[in-house]
Amino acid sequence: MARAQPDVTAYDLRLASPLALFFAAFFAAPLAALLALSLRGADGRYGLSQYAAFLGDRFSLGVLGGTLWLGLKVTAVCLGLGYPLALVATRAGSLVRGLVILAVLTPLLTSVVIRTFAWIVILGRQGVVNGVLSSLGLTDGPVRLLYAEGGLVAALAQVQMPLMVLPLMTALARIDPSLWDASEALGAGRWRTFLRVTLPLSLPGLIAGSVLTFAAAISGFITQSLIGGGQMLFMPGYIYQQAIALQNWPFAAAMSVIFLVAVLAVILAFNALGRLARGYAQT
Amino acid sequence: MSRSPGALDRLSFEGLVLLLALAALVLLLAPTAIVLVVSFTDGLSLRFPPPGYSLRWYGELMEAWQLHFALGNSLRVAFFATLLAVVLGVLAALAVARSPRLAARLLDSLFLSPLILPALAFGLSSLMYFSLLGWPVSVATLVIGHTIVCVPYVVRNTVAALTQLQPVLLEGSASLGASRLYTLRRITLPLIRPGILSGGFLAFMASFDNIPVSLFLRDAATDMLPIRMWQDLEGRLDVTIAALSGVLIVATIAVIALMERLTGLSKRLV
Repeated sequence: MARAQPDVTAYDLRLASPLALFFAAFFAAPLAALLALSLRGADGRYGLSQYAAFLGDRFSLGVLGGTLWLGLKVTAVCLGLGYPLALVATRAGSLVRGLVILAVLTPLLTSVVIRTFAWIVILGRQGVVNGVLSSLGLTDGPVRLLYAEGGLVAALAQVQMPLMVLPLMTALARIDPSLWDASEALGAGRWRTFLRVTLPLSLPGLIAGSVLTFAAAISGFITQSLIGGGQMLFMPGYIYQQAIALQNWPFAAAMSVIFLVAVLAVILAFNALGRLARGYAQT
Repeated sequence: MSRSPGALDRLSFEGLVLLLALAALVLLLAPTAIVLVVSFTDGLSLRFPPPGYSLRWYGELMEAWQLHFALGNSLRVAFFATLLAVVLGVLAALAVARSPRLAARLLDSLFLSPLILPALAFGLSSLMYFSLLGWPVSVATLVIGHTIVCVPYVVRNTVAALTQLQPVLLEGSASLGASRLYTLRRITLPLIRPGILSGGFLAFMASFDNIPVSLFLRDAATDMLPIRMWQDLEGRLDVTIAALSGVLIVATIAVIALMERLTGLSKRLV
């Protein structure tokens, strides 16, 4: 089906040049400046000494590892709760689906500070969880939930859950419902249908949602600092501390580059896993 | 062939899915609801449930000039950043959406990349870059930084609207003798307007709520609302912030409802 005039529907690529120039000047150039500054050593000479300082320091490596691990935990919680929600919403009628979308959109568009603030109210010493625990007589005094990692994972999962649910709903809505009927007619139960039909077909949404959730969770500076408090340090807080409080720009720059590379590596790993799983599902 | 699955298979699967979905809904909605309730407390603390109800913290909010100042700055930056992002983003979307060329795909990925790169690293690099250039931080530098972070929303939504456009309409318009500019103005733009509007709306919210870029590019003269709220919360747990949250939550829900009517926002995001 060759179109008579295919050029009528496409516009000149040069229309993108204003934005491309803007990105070159204010996105690529700053990142290049970051890279350049990260190569300046404490003695003023250029080299990899800032990187060596970070990678040779157990504390710094611990912060980096802890940040990536935190991101994985939050992504796992979002996936575990978000996938069932997306599944229910996709198969439900339009009213339920609309309500779920509204329930997902409202937190997505509410300020991160407000959502984090809500968790302070929930997890604090006089908060909801402690109120329930003490009224049930389960605890003697208030339990420390704020400034603890469990509370942080829960708060980050709530803040980032919409980023997981929306791409999943898109992917699940694309699955032809007759495939489910066919699977059932062929004798497969719900679990088997889920594992062999639904899950493989929803992989693109699952990967997209996981990447977005992971990226947002590890760079969620506000939630990390308010819920995690001073005891728990993650990469964004560490970079901010070095850059603003200590004014150690070259080290902060090197940390940022290492952080960027680590994030890209994890995202590429997610995508590779997705491709691998898809290949496996097709055999 | 596998054996025919029984009722247990069905019950365990449907039950577990429903249970987890309900847990997800509670997790999504409860925090917002709790903040709304606490904002009406008559006490001095964030106790839940509140000891009594009053509007005193909404009254305090009227007096909080620091928050008013930060709100004004945030709205101003969000307005200009959205304007810039929509103009540049729609032009770029027109260029890359239907182009089969590799360059178009690469540009598309470039314009979307601020979504997944840690924004804090970008914020820091912007601060270093502007100080290298000798530009002091100002509303202008904030608008530039925010535009980079906001553009992906405009590009993504406009490209999505453009790919759903029937090529027949454009070909028909051309074969009837309309110029490309006329077709753009009378056919393309009206049809993709909902996509542009929802992209612009998401861009505005992304700027209004931005922290990682504002953190580095603002100073006392250009205080931004999310940063002000964060610093207030770091210092002391202020109930005024709960009242402000209440106002912002209600405003957000109202704007979402409006955008849903104007653009069918929820259908564009799913």
